[in-house]
Amino acid sequence: MNLDFTQIVPYIPFMLEGIWVTLQFVIIAIIFGFILGSIIALVKIGKFPILRFLADAYTSIFRGTPLILQLMLIYYAVPQLTGYDISPFLSAILTFGLNSSAYVSEIIRAGIQAVDKGQKEAAEALGIPYRPMMFKIILPQAMKNILPALMNEFITLTKESALVSVISYLDLMRRAQVVGSDIYRNFEPLMFVGLIYYCLVMILTLIGKYVEKRLRTSD
Amino acid sequence: MIKVEHLHKSFGKTEVLTDLNTSIEKGEVLTIIGPSGSGKSTFLRCINLLEQPTSGHIYLNGEDITKPNADTLKLRKQVGMVFQHFHLFPHMNVLDNLTYAPMTVKGTAKKEAQSLARDLLFKVGLSEKEDAYPSSLSGGQKQRVAIARALAMEPELMLFDEPTSALDPEMVKEVLDVIKDLAHGGMTLAVVTHEMGFAKEVADRVIFMDQGMIVEESNPKKFFEKPETVRAQSFLDKVL
Ligand SMILES: Nc1ncnc2c1ncn2[C@@H]1O[C@H](COP(=O)(O)OP(=O)(O)OP(=O)(O)O)[C@@H](O)[C@H]1O
Ligand SMILES: [Mg+2]
Repeated sequence: MNLDFTQIVPYIPFMLEGIWVTLQFVIIAIIFGFILGSIIALVKIGKFPILRFLADAYTSIFRGTPLILQLMLIYYAVPQLTGYDISPFLSAILTFGLNSSAYVSEIIRAGIQAVDKGQKEAAEALGIPYRPMMFKIILPQAMKNILPALMNEFITLTKESALVSVISYLDLMRRAQVVGSDIYRNFEPLMFVGLIYYCLVMILTLIGKYVEKRLRTSD
Repeated sequence: MIKVEHLHKSFGKTEVLTDLNTSIEKGEVLTIIGPSGSGKSTFLRCINLLEQPTSGHIYLNGEDITKPNADTLKLRKQVGMVFQHFHLFPHMNVLDNLTYAPMTVKGTAKKEAQSLARDLLFKVGLSEKEDAYPSSLSGGQKQRVAIARALAMEPELMLFDEPTSALDPEMVKEVLDVIKDLAHGGMTLAVVTHEMGFAKEVADRVIFMDQGMIVEESNPKKFFEKPETVRAQSFLDKVL
């Protein structure tokens, strides 16, 4: 065994900084993905067939191709096609946000459609208009299905975020690689950031459990 | 109050309602009976446009509610509906279930909506349940709340689609009693039911449906003692 964690000590602040760099774009991507995903979900259950078709096609494409391909396409293709020199940060937000919105829209759509059809009919029979019906009757009930699945999606996104290292975005993952080539040892820095990823995911999991418990007691 | 003319309803290629013609007078209690799949629910649901009729006309107080630009909201304010499976809002307590629609749809002030709701809960015998959530109520209590919720909109006509079919036998009476009270109070009712005793006792008129058609329409005494058609006779033989 040839393990020496003391060598990474000088690099620890450098790697810890990566937490914030990773979190920064993960949080923005989650928010962007959630907002866009909600809109797409409403389109999917809406009454315009053409928009519905487009929303389904969008989802299908983003779920049906590798994330790393989407990331490279946006990072390399945007400058090539438009001449705009897109930064790794912006590419990362765009890719992860767009990709996540496809999954989020499915989660919300499924959650809404799992609510008993009778709820909509009861609301209609009482004359309650679409908006209040959606936001005060259907969505509060759909939340029980939606929130746990959303937490899972956020956890997945956090883990997959390590992919941005391939477009030289200096996130946690990339920093481990940089340190590795600096000290000619890869195992130790990789283990170190692995631990950090694990902690991040555990924190999210705990939040998810807490939310789920709150939802269950609110019945 | 309601007039139905040449009402047809198809789902895809299958015709479910064929040329229905009838009317409901103000203050009348109409019961609709017939075998399963005969189109009773579909007929009721056409009256408040939960189903869009394929052709024909339905008039509410002289106004054609089936014309393309008809005011659905106005219709729904005047026609209440009670479902077989209650469909209470599970995330709201009983009082909120009753006040939500009047406040949202009619803009009734909260205080006013609550005092009307409490009157109605008293009427259906559930005053002590206003803070309870639907999941903690028995089937009979849920259905009484559902009736009160529909009444909270102060409709002119109430539609009931098999209001007691999902209930345990010992709870049927408490719900039927509430409906009877409404009938005696002069409310206009259209009730789809399998409770022949209720139809006999309370109804002013019975409509017997089979295979999407109104086969027989008469007063309950005559219908139950001497039905005119063979189909009604054989149906009654089976259920009585
Ligand atoms: N949304 C729908 N799509 C397709 N067919 C339907 C739909 N709703 C009802 N039907 C069909 O229409 C026919 C009449 O149904 P309806 O529910 O009105 O009968 P019903 O008299 O209320 O029966 P039950 O006593 O079982 O409630 C049935 O054959 C049913 O399968
Ligand atoms: Mg039915």
